Amino acid sequence: MRLIVNGEPCEMAAETTLDTLLRALNMPPERVATLVNDHVVRKESRLATSLKEGDRVEAFTFACGG
Amino acid sequence: MKTDNWTLGNRSFSSRLLVGTGKFSDNATMLRAVEASGAELATVALRRFNRERPDEDLAGPLSRLPGLVLMPNTSGARDADDAVRLAMLARELCGSPFIKLEIHPNPHHLMPDPIETYEAARVLVKEGFHVMPYMGADPALAKRLEDVGCVSVMPLGAAIGSGQGLRTRELLKLIVRDSGVPVIVDAGIRAPSEAAAALEMGCAAVLVNSAIAAADDPVVMAESFAKAVVAGRAAWQAGLMPVSDSASPTSPLTAFLPA
Repeated sequence: MRLIVNGEPCEMAAETTLDTLLRALNMPPERVATLVNDHVVRKESRLATSLKEGDRVEAFTFACGG
Repeated sequence: MKTDNWTLGNRSFSSRLLVGTGKFSDNATMLRAVEASGAELATVALRRFNRERPDEDLAGPLSRLPGLVLMPNTSGARDADDAVRLAMLARELCGSPFIKLEIHPNPHHLMPDPIETYEAARVLVKEGFHVMPYMGADPALAKRLEDVGCVSVMPLGAAIGSGQGLRTRELLKLIVRDSGVPVIVDAGIRAPSEAAAALEMGCAAVLVNSAIAAADDPVVMAESFAKAVVAGRAAWQAGLMPVSDSASPTSPLTAFLPA
């Protein structure tokens, strides 16, 4: 299935969970906060969050800012 | 020596200088400047995780600075919904209750949107955040944001990154006079003397970023700001003399020599 991850297309197997996706893309799960289709998915819910075709996933971390 | 701590929500701070982490030439300089500033609160922004540059993640390096509490901002938010979402993401990352609420949809002037800011503040206070809103220097809005439960108000001195100083000086005084929460001047400050001036007029603290980051020597400038806020605060407590329209001699005017 096709996902959009941080604005880029990404091909993953069907039924992939959010936790699996982060690990597959080398995004350290403890160091990112996640949105799926604009909804915050908390760390403890990622294993139970199955992604679907077309889902938009965003992973955030801290950067410099004022 | 008596302490002169101040509080935000349930937390007590001694430093009256808050710093931002943007615009530095590199992270090592930023970390040294933050440390030199003695700040106990530092802002960070949220960005998409960059797989090419995983070292851009600031949570690790900043967490190693002793006594530093992160105050994530909601920069990038165009409306209240965006800001609430960013605040929730930030809390996921660091657990800090502090959030610098900023909603400035126009990239030309970066002026805060008062209506969206108020609406987001209302929601975030209910969600348990210690909300610190960046706002125009409007005494009526400051009161409304205090009433809704914000732990501070953060009126601007001038446009973000402009270095124009305390252009809103007279309005800041009105906000300070009526505010029941700490008033923190955020944005516009260029020189340590301006930070001192903000403290002299009764502001609780200042938030400084560009003035430190864009200095030739950010570390020395951070130290200078740290000294300035201490001097400004002490002057406020000491009480400034009144302004007079006419001269008042400091030496006797008696004539000593015959004409």
